[in-house]
Amino acid sequence: MIRNSAAEMAAKLNTGEITSVELTQLHLDRIASVDTDVHAFLYVNNEGALAQAAEVDSKRAAGEKMSPLAGVPLALKDVMTQKGVPTTCGSKILEGWRPPYDSTVVTNLKKNGIVILGKTNMDEFAMGSSTENSAYGPTHNPWDLSRIPGGSGGGSSAALAAFEAPLAIGTDTGGSIRQPAAVTGTVGVKPTYGGVSRFGLVAFSSSLDQAGPCARTVLDAALLHEAIAGHDPKDSTSINAPVPQVVAAAKSGDVKGMKIGVVKELNGEGYQSGVRTRFEESLELLAAAGAEIVEVSAPNFEYALAAYYLIAPSECSSNLARFDAMRYGLRVGDVDGASAESVMNLTREVGFGREVKRRIILGTYALSSGYYDAYYGSAQKVRTLITQDFNKAFEKCDVMVSPTCPTTAFKIGEKSNDPIAMYLNDIATIPVNMAGIGGMSLPAGLAPEDGLPVGFQIMAPAMQDDRMYLVGAALEAALLSKWGAPLLSKIPALAGK
Amino acid sequence: MTSLSRDDVANLARLARIEMSDEELVNLSKEFTVILDAVARVQEVAGADVAPTSHPLPLRNVFRPDVVVASLTPEEALSGAPSQEESRFRVPQILGEE
Repeated sequence: MIRNSAAEMAAKLNTGEITSVELTQLHLDRIASVDTDVHAFLYVNNEGALAQAAEVDSKRAAGEKMSPLAGVPLALKDVMTQKGVPTTCGSKILEGWRPPYDSTVVTNLKKNGIVILGKTNMDEFAMGSSTENSAYGPTHNPWDLSRIPGGSGGGSSAALAAFEAPLAIGTDTGGSIRQPAAVTGTVGVKPTYGGVSRFGLVAFSSSLDQAGPCARTVLDAALLHEAIAGHDPKDSTSINAPVPQVVAAAKSGDVKGMKIGVVKELNGEGYQSGVRTRFEESLELLAAAGAEIVEVSAPNFEYALAAYYLIAPSECSSNLARFDAMRYGLRVGDVDGASAESVMNLTREVGFGREVKRRIILGTYALSSGYYDAYYGSAQKVRTLITQDFNKAFEKCDVMVSPTCPTTAFKIGEKSNDPIAMYLNDIATIPVNMAGIGGMSLPAGLAPEDGLPVGFQIMAPAMQDDRMYLVGAALEAALLSKWGAPLLSKIPALAGK
Repeated sequence: MTSLSRDDVANLARLARIEMSDEELVNLSKEFTVILDAVARVQEVAGADVAPTSHPLPLRNVFRPDVVVASLTPEEALSGAPSQEESRFRVPQILGEE
């Protein structure tokens, strides 16, 4: 049962083959069995999840009209507030904090009867590509426990691959939904910026952050996308327009006559050979499904990584100023006569990890007088050039595609002392965030040389998110008929308890 | 090549309100030489003719109706406070003594 898709689970809930309480308990049991090895969860809300499931069951029994995913369990990235449930963002500075309010994403999940199992591990404040930057220890990739599950949303992606949850919420600032999806053989979607409310998403880089669905199939991602998306007056950057028809697109998967643009600059040198093999194979399958493959060029993408590592730290240095030890979270050094400034200094020294400090200092520098134009100002200009590259390319194609990441999952500890090597993971995912458009990663198979999952990235113009689901569903169907079973059927069994 | 000295980093840490050990300051100043070198590439293409983008959406003055809605109670607002007194946040001394 736990290996079913969310849509299959929903169908069985509808026919009464299983109740939500039973389904939730199965997942809680699975978490209890395997999460000591995987460490996808920072907090498991046994009681809360079962209470929510019981409520859905009683509504269904009373004959109420149910949402498509009602009663299906989900794992929530620990960057999203849920009232009364610990929310740490993977940081010591928020240890023990129980937010007094629900994020809009959580409000929408509850409204749809989606059962929240608990909070998933992440790089501290979503800064990282491996989940090694969590103050609570790393998450392990279920494909190979000695490897990273991607980041920052490695807890959410690992929970899906370990069958601890069929659905998860992620957030994507530079690839934190898509890269974890790629290295765990799961599906992750970063919607158009403004498509899903950021209210209650603890901010890292406000002009880049976007919450989105994580799942094991394209249709499941679409169902979850529809459940959480839409305009929210509590987020002034939320788009006041109808949600793109993503579920219909995922059900159709018709790509006949669609033009798919292969980004010349996001392939070739620096990309692992097995990643390229799987990418080329996916292109052939899409062509066989009736799409036209064209080449597009985005010459400024090579500057995206540099611009990102100025813009995101700049915004984070401002956003993380809220952790001042005054109103919530950790407070250190509050002794008689200590000044507020010394309490802040000591609290932030103890409460923040190495990468967070590194980025706050970098951002403080990039925004400081005398350097602002050379760094932050220049990065903003690169952002314009990247958006122009996308606009020009989308004149020639309906979607753009690339490998999601240059390599498969690396070993835990392999890159943790080399920030630049770590940052290179996000080279293909960052341009999407810079332009505020949509991006999806779905599994393209295993790299022959190491047997680890490879991700295929689809990028669509703003508010045309349905196009990603059309192409994603087409590719998923073609690969499934080639493999005979979903990719995750090949994942090694976890020993469990 | 841009580089930041230990004292430069100490000044930034002071501005960012983060206490740092001498070892941390020295390490960061070394790392910054590499990181700044990598990110300075943006200057290669950031010509005077390119307009900056601060945000993906061209938004200006987003309004909502001015209506009273439910908000946090004082108890809820104070629920995460490290220290409180008489329904208020208790904070360390902010101004110097006169």
